[in-house]
Amino acid sequence: MTESGQHRRSLVRGTLALLVAAAAYEAMARSGYFAPALLPTLPAIGRTLFASLADGSMIEHAAFTLYRVMFGFALSVVVGLPLGILMARFQHVGNFFLPLVSALMPIPSFALVPLFMLWFGIGNLTTILIVFYAATFPMIFNTWSGVRSVNPIWLRAAGAMGASEHRLFWKVIIPGASPFIITGMRQAFLRAWIAVVGAEMIAASDWGLGWVIFDAKEFLNTDTMLASLIVIGITGFAFERFVFGSIERATVMRWGMMRAAKG
Amino acid sequence: MVPIEIRDVSLIYDTPGGKVPGVKDVTLNISASEFVCIVGPSGCGKSTLLNIVAGFLSPAAGEIRIGGKKVDGHGMDRGVVFQDFAQLFPWRTALGNVAFGLEMKGVPKDERERIAHEQLRLVKLEKFTASYPHHLSGGMQQRVAIARALAYNPAVLLMDEPFAALDALTRDDMQRLLADVWRETRKTVIYVTHNVSEAVYLADRVIVMTPHPGTVKAEIRIPLPRPRDPLSVEFLDFQKELLRHLGHGASASEPTKANGKTTA
Repeated sequence: MTESGQHRRSLVRGTLALLVAAAAYEAMARSGYFAPALLPTLPAIGRTLFASLADGSMIEHAAFTLYRVMFGFALSVVVGLPLGILMARFQHVGNFFLPLVSALMPIPSFALVPLFMLWFGIGNLTTILIVFYAATFPMIFNTWSGVRSVNPIWLRAAGAMGASEHRLFWKVIIPGASPFIITGMRQAFLRAWIAVVGAEMIAASDWGLGWVIFDAKEFLNTDTMLASLIVIGITGFAFERFVFGSIERATVMRWGMMRAAKG
Repeated sequence: MVPIEIRDVSLIYDTPGGKVPGVKDVTLNISASEFVCIVGPSGCGKSTLLNIVAGFLSPAAGEIRIGGKKVDGHGMDRGVVFQDFAQLFPWRTALGNVAFGLEMKGVPKDERERIAHEQLRLVKLEKFTASYPHHLSGGMQQRVAIARALAYNPAVLLMDEPFAALDALTRDDMQRLLADVWRETRKTVIYVTHNVSEAVYLADRVIVMTPHPGTVKAEIRIPLPRPRDPLSVEFLDFQKELLRHLGHGASASEPTKANGKTTA
Protein backbone atom coordinates (compact mmCIF):
# COMPACT_ATOMS: atom_id res chain seq x y z
CA MET A 1 0.00 0.00 0.00
CA THR A 2 1.15 3.52 -0.75
CA GLU A 3 2.21 5.85 2.00
CA SER A 4 -0.59 8.33 1.34
CA GLY A 5 -3.11 5.49 1.31
CA GLN A 6 -1.89 4.38 4.69
CA HIS A 7 -2.10 7.93 5.92
CA ARG A 8 -5.69 8.26 4.76
CA ARG A 9 -6.68 5.01 6.42
CA SER A 10 -5.20 5.98 9.75
CA LEU A 11 -7.03 9.30 9.48
CA VAL A 12 -10.31 7.49 8.88
CA ARG A 13 -9.66 5.14 11.78
CA GLY A 14 -8.88 8.06 14.11
CA THR A 15 -11.96 9.98 13.11
CA LEU A 16 -14.11 6.91 13.55
CA ALA A 17 -12.80 6.32 17.08
CA LEU A 18 -13.48 9.95 17.98
CA LEU A 19 -17.01 9.80 16.57
CA VAL A 20 -17.83 6.65 18.55
CA ALA A 21 -16.52 8.20 21.76
CA ALA A 22 -18.48 11.40 21.09
CA ALA A 23 -21.68 9.46 20.42
CA ALA A 24 -21.24 7.49 23.65
CA TYR A 25 -20.79 10.73 25.56
CA GLU A 26 -23.81 12.30 23.92
CA ALA A 27 -25.96 9.28 24.75
CA MET A 28 -24.86 9.50 28.37
CA ALA A 29 -25.55 13.23 28.55
CA ARG A 30 -29.05 12.78 27.11
CA SER A 31 -29.94 9.65 29.07
CA GLY A 32 -31.50 11.71 31.87
CA TYR A 33 -29.52 9.95 34.59
CA PHE A 34 -27.25 12.94 35.11
CA ALA A 35 -28.00 16.58 35.79
CA PRO A 36 -27.54 18.56 32.54
CA ALA A 37 -25.52 21.12 34.48
CA LEU A 38 -22.93 18.45 35.27
CA LEU A 39 -22.96 16.70 31.92
CA PRO A 40 -23.76 19.21 29.18
CA THR A 41 -24.56 17.93 25.72
CA LEU A 42 -22.07 18.30 22.89
CA PRO A 43 -24.06 21.06 21.15
CA ALA A 44 -24.02 23.02 24.43
CA ILE A 45 -20.26 22.59 24.75
CA GLY A 46 -19.88 23.51 21.11
CA ARG A 47 -21.87 26.73 21.56
CA THR A 48 -19.75 27.74 24.55
CA LEU A 49 -16.57 26.90 22.71
CA PHE A 50 -17.64 28.84 19.66
CA ALA A 51 -18.72 31.86 21.70
CA SER A 52 -15.47 31.96 23.65
CA LEU A 53 -13.48 31.66 20.43
CA ALA A 54 -15.59 34.32 18.75
CA ASP A 55 -15.14 36.89 21.50
CA GLY A 56 -11.45 36.07 21.64
CA SER A 57 -11.35 35.16 25.31
CA MET A 58 -10.49 31.48 24.73
CA ILE A 59 -7.78 32.43 22.28
CA GLU A 60 -6.31 34.85 24.76
CA HIS A 61 -6.30 32.21 27.50
CA ALA A 62 -4.73 29.70 25.16
CA ALA A 63 -2.10 32.27 24.17
CA PHE A 64 -1.13 32.75 27.80
CA THR A 65 -0.87 29.02 28.33
CA LEU A 66 1.17 28.58 25.17
CA TYR A 67 3.49 31.39 26.18
CA ARG A 68 4.19 29.69 29.51
CA VAL A 69 4.68 26.32 27.87
CA MET A 70 7.01 27.62 25.20
CA PHE A 71 9.03 29.67 27.65
CA GLY A 72 9.41 26.77 30.10
CA PHE A 73 10.05 24.31 27.29
CA ALA A 74 12.71 26.52 25.70
CA LEU A 75 14.36 26.85 29.08
CA SER A 76 14.35 23.09 29.49
CA VAL A 77 16.06 22.66 26.12
CA VAL A 78 18.62 25.36 26.88
CA VAL A 79 19.49 23.69 30.18
CA GLY A 80 18.76 20.01 29.49
CA LEU A 81 20.52 19.68 26.15
CA PRO A 82 23.99 20.92 27.21
CA LEU A 83 23.70 19.22 30.59
CA GLY A 84 22.81 15.88 29.02
CA ILE A 85 25.72 16.21 26.60
CA LEU A 86 28.19 17.14 29.35
CA MET A 87 26.97 14.24 31.49
CA ALA A 88 27.59 11.83 28.66
CA ARG A 89 30.95 13.27 27.61
CA PHE A 90 32.56 13.79 31.00
CA GLN A 91 32.39 11.02 33.52
CA HIS A 92 32.62 13.20 36.62
CA VAL A 93 29.84 15.48 35.40
CA GLY A 94 27.73 12.37 34.88
CA ASN A 95 28.67 10.99 38.29
CA PHE A 96 27.61 14.21 39.94
CA PHE A 97 24.36 14.91 38.14
CA LEU A 98 22.99 11.45 37.51
CA PRO A 99 21.94 10.75 41.13
CA LEU A 100 20.48 14.25 41.39
CA VAL A 101 18.51 13.85 38.20
CA SER A 102 17.32 10.39 39.21
CA ALA A 103 16.18 11.65 42.61
CA LEU A 104 14.40 14.76 41.33
CA MET A 105 12.75 13.28 38.27
CA PRO A 106 10.06 11.19 40.02
CA ILE A 107 8.73 14.19 41.99
CA PRO A 108 5.52 15.27 40.23
CA SER A 109 5.86 18.88 39.18
CA PHE A 110 2.35 19.48 40.47
CA ALA A 111 3.52 18.69 44.01
CA LEU A 112 5.92 21.60 43.77
CA VAL A 113 3.30 24.20 42.86
CA PRO A 114 2.45 25.27 46.44
CA LEU A 115 6.11 25.54 47.32
CA PHE A 116 6.96 27.50 44.20
CA MET A 117 3.99 29.80 44.91
CA LEU A 118 5.48 30.69 48.27
CA TRP A 119 8.88 31.24 46.72
CA PHE A 120 7.95 32.99 43.50
CA GLY A 121 4.42 34.25 44.03
CA ILE A 122 1.38 33.85 41.82
CA GLY A 123 1.70 34.35 38.08
CA ASN A 124 3.95 33.64 35.15
CA LEU A 125 7.21 32.98 36.98
CA THR A 126 5.88 30.10 39.04
CA THR A 127 4.01 28.47 36.16
CA ILE A 128 7.01 28.77 33.85
CA LEU A 129 9.29 27.25 36.45
CA ILE A 130 6.87 24.37 37.01
CA VAL A 131 6.79 23.75 33.27
CA PHE A 132 10.58 23.93 33.17
CA TYR A 133 10.83 21.42 36.00
CA ALA A 134 8.50 18.98 34.28
CA ALA A 135 10.15 19.25 30.86
CA THR A 136 13.79 19.34 31.69
CA PHE A 137 14.27 15.75 32.89
CA PRO A 138 13.18 13.97 29.73
CA MET A 139 15.37 16.41 27.85
CA ILE A 140 18.41 15.58 29.98
CA PHE A 141 17.85 11.84 29.97
CA ASN A 142 17.25 11.46 26.27
CA THR A 143 20.20 13.66 25.33
CA TRP A 144 22.41 11.73 27.71
CA SER A 145 21.36 8.41 26.16
CA GLY A 146 21.64 9.84 22.65
CA VAL A 147 25.22 11.02 23.04
CA ARG A 148 26.25 7.71 24.54
CA SER A 149 24.69 5.83 21.65
CA VAL A 150 26.55 7.77 18.94
CA ASN A 151 28.22 5.13 16.80
CA PRO A 152 31.95 5.09 17.70
CA ILE A 153 32.83 4.47 14.05
CA TRP A 154 31.56 7.98 13.19
CA LEU A 155 33.90 9.46 15.78
CA ARG A 156 36.74 7.37 14.41
CA ALA A 157 36.05 8.34 10.82
CA ALA A 158 35.69 12.01 11.71
CA GLY A 159 38.87 11.90 13.79
CA ALA A 160 40.74 10.34 10.89
CA MET A 161 39.55 13.23 8.72
CA GLY A 162 41.04 15.75 11.11
CA ALA A 163 37.94 16.87 13.03
CA SER A 164 38.79 18.91 16.12
CA GLU A 165 36.94 18.36 19.44
CA HIS A 166 34.78 21.35 18.64
CA ARG A 167 33.91 20.19 15.11
CA LEU A 168 33.38 16.65 16.34
CA PHE A 169 30.80 17.99 18.74
CA TRP A 170 28.76 20.06 16.29
CA LYS A 171 29.25 18.01 13.15
CA VAL A 172 29.08 14.46 14.51
CA ILE A 173 27.84 14.13 18.08
CA ILE A 174 24.84 16.44 17.82
CA PRO A 175 23.51 15.04 14.52
CA GLY A 176 24.46 11.52 15.62
CA ALA A 177 22.42 11.90 18.80
CA SER A 178 19.56 13.69 17.03
CA PRO A 179 17.02 10.84 17.08
CA PHE A 180 17.23 10.79 20.87
CA ILE A 181 17.36 14.57 21.17
CA ILE A 182 14.20 14.96 19.10
CA THR A 183 12.45 12.27 21.14
CA GLY A 184 13.57 14.14 24.25
CA MET A 185 12.02 17.35 22.93
CA ARG A 186 8.78 15.56 22.16
CA GLN A 187 8.53 14.10 25.62
CA ALA A 188 9.58 17.39 27.19
CA PHE A 189 6.88 19.26 25.33
CA LEU A 190 4.22 16.76 26.29
CA ARG A 191 5.18 16.93 29.95
CA ALA A 192 5.32 20.69 29.76
CA TRP A 193 1.82 20.81 28.33
CA ILE A 194 0.50 18.53 31.06
CA ALA A 195 2.26 20.49 33.80
CA VAL A 196 1.14 23.92 32.69
CA VAL A 197 -2.56 23.26 33.13
CA GLY A 198 -2.06 22.01 36.67
CA ALA A 199 0.20 24.89 37.58
CA GLU A 200 -2.23 27.43 36.16
CA MET A 201 -5.09 26.07 38.24
CA ILE A 202 -3.40 27.10 41.43
CA ALA A 203 -0.67 29.53 40.63
CA ALA A 204 -2.02 31.65 37.78
CA SER A 205 -4.22 34.65 38.19
CA ASP A 206 -6.94 35.45 35.68
CA TRP A 207 -5.33 33.95 32.58
CA GLY A 208 -4.57 30.55 31.10
CA LEU A 209 -6.61 27.47 30.19
CA GLY A 210 -5.92 25.80 33.54
CA TRP A 211 -7.18 28.84 35.34
CA VAL A 212 -10.31 28.91 33.18
CA ILE A 213 -11.15 25.36 34.20
CA PHE A 214 -10.53 26.00 37.85
CA ASP A 215 -12.47 29.26 37.80
CA ALA A 216 -15.42 27.73 35.95
CA LYS A 217 -15.87 25.25 38.78
CA GLU A 218 -17.00 28.09 41.04
CA PHE A 219 -19.94 28.83 38.76
CA LEU A 220 -20.75 25.26 37.79
CA ASN A 221 -19.82 26.08 34.17
CA THR A 222 -19.12 22.53 33.10
CA ASP A 223 -19.56 23.50 29.46
CA THR A 224 -16.70 26.00 29.80
CA MET A 225 -14.56 23.40 31.54
CA LEU A 226 -15.12 20.84 28.80
CA ALA A 227 -14.62 23.42 26.06
CA SER A 228 -11.24 24.32 27.60
CA LEU A 229 -10.31 20.66 27.78
CA ILE A 230 -11.06 20.32 24.09
CA VAL A 231 -8.81 23.28 23.31
CA ILE A 232 -6.04 21.84 25.50
CA GLY A 233 -6.29 18.47 23.81
CA ILE A 234 -6.38 19.79 20.27
CA THR A 235 -3.51 22.25 20.78
CA GLY A 236 -1.28 19.66 22.41
CA PHE A 237 -2.08 17.15 19.69
CA ALA A 238 -1.43 19.69 16.93
CA PHE A 239 1.97 20.57 18.32
CA GLU A 240 2.95 16.97 18.84
CA ARG A 241 1.78 15.88 15.43
CA PHE A 242 2.58 18.83 13.21
CA VAL A 243 5.51 20.63 14.80
CA PHE A 244 7.52 17.71 16.13
CA GLY A 245 6.25 15.38 13.45
CA SER A 246 7.59 17.66 10.71
CA ILE A 247 10.90 18.17 12.50
CA GLU A 248 11.26 14.41 12.64
CA ARG A 249 10.35 13.92 8.99
CA ALA A 250 12.75 16.66 7.89
CA THR A 251 15.68 15.22 9.81
CA VAL A 252 16.05 11.77 11.31
CA MET A 253 13.46 10.08 9.09
CA ARG A 254 14.92 11.67 5.97
CA TRP A 255 18.34 10.43 7.05
CA GLY A 256 17.05 6.92 7.69
CA MET A 257 18.06 7.13 11.33
CA MET A 258 14.44 6.62 12.37
CA ARG A 259 11.69 4.93 10.42
CA ALA A 260 7.96 5.43 10.36
CA ALA A 261 6.05 2.64 12.04
CA LYS A 262 4.40 0.22 9.61
CA GLY A 263 0.62 -0.15 9.38
CA MET B 1 53.49 9.75 -2.67
CA VAL B 2 55.31 8.59 0.42
CA PRO B 3 56.77 5.39 1.85
CA ILE B 4 55.70 3.82 5.15
CA GLU B 5 58.21 2.33 7.58
CA ILE B 6 56.94 0.06 10.32
CA ARG B 7 59.76 -0.72 12.72
CA ASP B 8 59.66 -3.37 15.51
CA VAL B 9 56.06 -2.53 16.33
CA SER B 10 54.44 -4.43 19.22
CA LEU B 11 51.13 -4.02 20.99
CA ILE B 12 49.70 -5.89 23.94
CA TYR B 13 45.98 -6.03 24.71
CA ASP B 14 44.94 -5.87 28.33
CA THR B 15 41.94 -8.18 28.53
CA PRO B 16 40.05 -9.50 31.57
CA GLY B 17 41.73 -12.82 30.82
CA GLY B 18 45.23 -11.35 31.04
CA LYS B 19 47.66 -9.73 28.65
CA VAL B 20 47.28 -10.86 25.05
CA PRO B 21 49.87 -9.88 22.50
CA GLY B 22 48.14 -8.20 19.55
CA VAL B 23 51.14 -7.79 17.29
CA LYS B 24 54.75 -8.60 18.05
CA ASP B 25 57.92 -7.15 16.52
CA VAL B 26 56.44 -6.32 13.13
CA THR B 27 58.81 -4.66 10.70
CA LEU B 28 57.66 -3.68 7.24
CA ASN B 29 58.90 -1.23 4.65
CA ILE B 30 56.36 -0.12 2.14
CA SER B 31 57.51 1.96 -0.80
CA ALA B 32 55.76 4.99 -2.17
CA SER B 33 52.70 4.11 -4.29
CA GLU B 34 52.98 0.46 -3.36
CA PHE B 35 49.81 -1.57 -2.84
CA VAL B 36 50.32 -3.92 0.10
CA CYS B 37 47.76 -6.47 1.26
CA ILE B 38 47.95 -8.00 4.71
CA VAL B 39 46.23 -11.38 4.93
CA GLY B 40 45.78 -13.71 7.83
CA PRO B 41 43.15 -15.49 9.90
CA SER B 42 41.01 -13.66 12.46
CA GLY B 43 43.02 -12.59 15.47
CA CYS B 44 46.35 -12.46 13.64
CA GLY B 45 46.68 -8.77 14.43
CA LYS B 46 46.26 -7.47 10.89
CA SER B 47 43.52 -5.00 11.83
CA THR B 48 45.44 -4.06 14.96
CA LEU B 49 48.46 -3.23 12.84
CA LEU B 50 46.33 -1.14 10.50
CA ASN B 51 44.82 0.72 13.46
CA ILE B 52 48.31 1.48 14.73
CA VAL B 53 49.32 2.89 11.34
CA ALA B 54 46.07 4.87 11.29
CA GLY B 55 46.94 6.27 14.70
CA PHE B 56 43.87 4.90 16.49
CA LEU B 57 46.10 2.71 18.68
CA SER B 58 49.53 3.51 20.08
CA PRO B 59 52.14 0.77 19.88
CA ALA B 60 53.74 -0.43 23.13
CA ALA B 61 57.08 -0.56 21.34
CA GLY B 62 58.51 0.41 18.00
CA GLU B 63 57.57 3.25 15.69
CA ILE B 64 55.91 4.05 12.40
CA ARG B 65 57.09 6.66 9.97
CA ILE B 66 55.09 7.95 7.04
CA GLY B 67 57.21 9.88 4.58
CA GLY B 68 59.88 10.04 7.25
CA LYS B 69 57.52 11.64 9.77
CA LYS B 70 56.81 9.73 12.97
CA VAL B 71 53.15 8.77 13.47
CA ASP B 72 51.56 10.23 16.56
CA GLY B 73 47.78 9.92 16.56
CA HIS B 74 45.72 10.20 13.40
CA GLY B 75 46.43 12.75 10.74
CA MET B 76 45.32 13.94 7.36
CA ASP B 77 48.21 12.26 5.60
CA ARG B 78 46.15 9.07 5.88
CA GLY B 79 42.68 8.18 4.63
CA VAL B 80 40.87 5.30 6.31
CA VAL B 81 38.11 3.03 4.98
CA PHE B 82 36.43 0.62 7.39
CA GLN B 83 34.50 -2.57 6.79
CA ASP B 84 31.31 -1.33 8.45
CA PHE B 85 28.82 0.36 6.07
CA ALA B 86 27.75 2.47 9.06
CA GLN B 87 30.97 4.48 8.73
CA LEU B 88 29.18 7.06 6.56
CA PHE B 89 27.36 9.87 8.33
CA PRO B 90 23.66 9.14 7.75
CA TRP B 91 22.72 12.81 8.13
CA ARG B 92 24.91 13.84 5.20
CA THR B 93 24.38 13.17 1.51
CA ALA B 94 27.03 11.29 -0.43
CA LEU B 95 28.47 14.68 -1.42
CA GLY B 96 28.36 15.92 2.16
CA ASN B 97 30.14 12.81 3.37
CA VAL B 98 32.89 13.12 0.78
CA ALA B 99 33.32 16.83 1.53
CA PHE B 100 33.67 16.26 5.27
CA GLY B 101 37.47 16.05 5.40
CA LEU B 102 37.84 19.11 3.22
CA GLU B 103 35.45 20.97 5.46
CA MET B 104 37.62 20.07 8.46
CA LYS B 105 40.61 21.36 6.49
CA GLY B 106 38.86 24.70 5.99
CA VAL B 107 38.45 24.42 2.22
CA PRO B 108 35.75 26.86 0.98
CA LYS B 109 32.35 25.37 0.15
CA ASP B 110 32.48 25.77 -3.65
CA GLU B 111 35.92 24.28 -3.85
CA ARG B 112 35.16 21.31 -1.61
CA GLU B 113 31.97 20.52 -3.48
CA ARG B 114 33.84 20.61 -6.76
CA ILE B 115 36.44 18.19 -5.39
CA ALA B 116 33.77 15.97 -3.85
CA HIS B 117 31.97 15.77 -7.21
CA GLU B 118 35.25 14.79 -8.82
CA GLN B 119 35.90 12.06 -6.26
CA LEU B 120 32.40 10.67 -6.63
CA ARG B 121 32.94 10.55 -10.38
CA LEU B 122 36.13 8.58 -9.74
CA VAL B 123 34.10 5.89 -7.93
CA LYS B 124 31.31 6.14 -10.57
CA LEU B 125 28.70 7.64 -8.28
CA GLU B 126 28.27 11.01 -9.96
CA LYS B 127 24.52 10.36 -10.26
CA PHE B 128 24.11 9.84 -6.53
CA THR B 129 25.73 12.94 -5.06
CA ALA B 130 22.47 14.08 -3.44
CA SER B 131 21.51 10.67 -2.02
CA TYR B 132 21.60 9.91 1.66
CA PRO B 133 23.53 6.76 2.62
CA HIS B 134 20.43 4.76 3.56
CA HIS B 135 19.23 5.02 -0.03
CA LEU B 136 22.48 3.51 -1.33
CA SER B 137 23.40 -0.17 -1.58
CA GLY B 138 26.26 -1.59 0.48
CA GLY B 139 28.66 -1.46 -2.45
CA MET B 140 27.73 2.15 -3.21
CA GLN B 141 28.17 3.12 0.42
CA GLN B 142 31.65 1.62 0.42
CA ARG B 143 32.47 3.52 -2.75
CA VAL B 144 31.36 6.74 -1.06
CA ALA B 145 33.64 5.80 1.85
CA ILE B 146 36.57 5.37 -0.54
CA ALA B 147 35.82 8.71 -2.20
CA ARG B 148 35.57 10.29 1.25
CA ALA B 149 38.95 8.92 2.29
CA LEU B 150 40.55 10.15 -0.94
CA ALA B 151 38.89 13.57 -1.09
CA TYR B 152 41.35 15.47 1.10
CA ASN B 153 44.19 13.90 -0.85
CA PRO B 154 46.05 11.88 1.78
CA ALA B 155 49.29 10.22 0.67
CA VAL B 156 48.28 6.92 2.24
CA LEU B 157 45.08 4.92 2.02
CA LEU B 158 44.37 2.42 4.81
CA MET B 159 41.61 -0.09 4.18
CA ASP B 160 40.29 -2.57 6.71
CA GLU B 161 38.40 -5.31 4.83
CA PRO B 162 36.26 -2.76 3.02
CA PHE B 163 34.51 -5.32 0.80
CA ALA B 164 34.18 -8.21 3.26
CA ALA B 165 30.51 -7.56 3.94
CA LEU B 166 29.54 -7.40 0.27
CA ASP B 167 28.15 -10.19 -1.88
CA ALA B 168 30.65 -11.94 -4.15
CA LEU B 169 29.58 -10.29 -7.42
CA THR B 170 29.60 -6.79 -5.99
CA ARG B 171 32.96 -7.53 -4.40
CA ASP B 172 34.43 -8.40 -7.81
CA ASP B 173 33.22 -5.09 -9.24
CA MET B 174 34.57 -3.20 -6.28
CA GLN B 175 38.00 -4.79 -6.60
CA ARG B 176 38.16 -3.81 -10.27
CA LEU B 177 37.11 -0.30 -9.38
CA LEU B 178 39.66 -0.02 -6.58
CA ALA B 179 42.42 -1.21 -8.88
CA ASP B 180 41.44 1.56 -11.32
CA VAL B 181 41.28 4.17 -8.58
CA TRP B 182 44.70 3.14 -7.35
CA ARG B 183 46.17 3.29 -10.85
CA GLU B 184 44.86 6.83 -11.21
CA THR B 185 45.74 8.18 -7.78
CA ARG B 186 48.95 6.23 -7.02
CA LYS B 187 48.36 6.25 -3.27
CA THR B 188 50.43 4.11 -0.97
CA VAL B 189 47.87 1.52 0.17
CA ILE B 190 47.71 -0.89 3.09
CA TYR B 191 44.78 -3.19 2.58
CA VAL B 192 43.74 -5.74 5.20
CA THR B 193 41.76 -8.77 4.07
CA HIS B 194 41.25 -12.45 4.83
CA ASN B 195 40.38 -13.14 1.23
CA VAL B 196 43.35 -14.66 -0.56
CA SER B 197 42.20 -14.09 -4.13
CA GLU B 198 41.39 -10.48 -3.32
CA ALA B 199 44.96 -10.02 -2.11
CA VAL B 200 46.44 -11.57 -5.26
CA TYR B 201 44.17 -9.47 -7.45
CA LEU B 202 45.04 -6.15 -5.82
CA ALA B 203 48.49 -6.26 -4.30
CA ASP B 204 52.03 -5.57 -5.40
CA ARG B 205 53.06 -7.49 -2.32
CA VAL B 206 51.14 -9.68 0.12
CA ILE B 207 52.11 -9.91 3.78
CA VAL B 208 50.99 -13.07 5.55
CA MET B 209 50.42 -12.74 9.27
CA THR B 210 49.86 -15.52 11.81
CA PRO B 211 48.27 -15.21 15.25
CA HIS B 212 49.42 -15.78 18.88
CA PRO B 213 51.27 -13.49 18.76
CA GLY B 214 50.57 -11.53 15.56
CA THR B 215 53.73 -11.69 13.49
CA VAL B 216 54.71 -11.51 9.85
CA LYS B 217 55.15 -15.02 8.56
CA ALA B 218 55.83 -14.45 4.89
CA GLU B 219 56.00 -11.81 2.19
CA ILE B 220 55.09 -12.61 -1.36
CA ARG B 221 55.61 -10.34 -4.33
CA ILE B 222 52.95 -10.47 -7.02
CA PRO B 223 54.68 -9.29 -10.20
CA LEU B 224 51.70 -10.09 -12.45
CA PRO B 225 50.74 -7.39 -14.95
CA ARG B 226 47.47 -5.55 -14.44
CA PRO B 227 44.60 -5.93 -15.07
CA ARG B 228 44.96 -9.42 -13.65
CA ASP B 229 43.08 -12.47 -14.74
CA PRO B 230 41.92 -14.41 -11.67
CA LEU B 231 41.54 -17.56 -13.74
CA SER B 232 45.05 -17.58 -15.12
CA VAL B 233 47.44 -20.29 -13.99
CA GLU B 234 49.90 -17.80 -12.50
CA PHE B 235 47.13 -16.15 -10.49
CA LEU B 236 45.99 -19.46 -9.08
CA ASP B 237 49.57 -20.44 -8.29
CA PHE B 238 49.98 -17.32 -6.15
CA GLN B 239 46.72 -18.12 -4.45
CA LYS B 240 47.90 -21.62 -3.65
CA GLU B 241 51.18 -20.33 -2.34
CA LEU B 242 49.37 -17.94 -0.03
CA LEU B 243 47.05 -20.64 1.19
CA ARG B 244 50.00 -22.85 1.92
CA HIS B 245 51.50 -20.14 4.10
CA LEU B 246 48.19 -19.79 5.86
CA GLY B 247 48.22 -23.50 6.67
CA HIS B 248 45.53 -24.47 4.17
CA GLY B 249 45.96 -26.70 1.16
CA ALA B 250 48.89 -28.68 2.49
CA SER B 251 48.58 -30.59 -0.73
CA ALA B 252 48.30 -27.84 -3.27
CA SER B 253 46.58 -29.91 -5.90
CA GLU B 254 43.52 -30.38 -3.72
CA PRO B 255 41.04 -27.51 -4.00
CA THR B 256 40.38 -26.11 -0.54
CA LYS B 257 37.30 -24.35 0.69
CA ALA B 258 39.01 -21.01 0.93
CA ASN B 259 40.25 -21.46 -2.59
CA GLY B 260 36.80 -22.10 -3.95
CA LYS B 261 35.92 -18.45 -4.34
CA THR B 262 37.00 -16.89 -7.56
CA THR B 263 37.42 -13.23 -8.08
CA ALA B 264 37.14 -10.95 -11.03
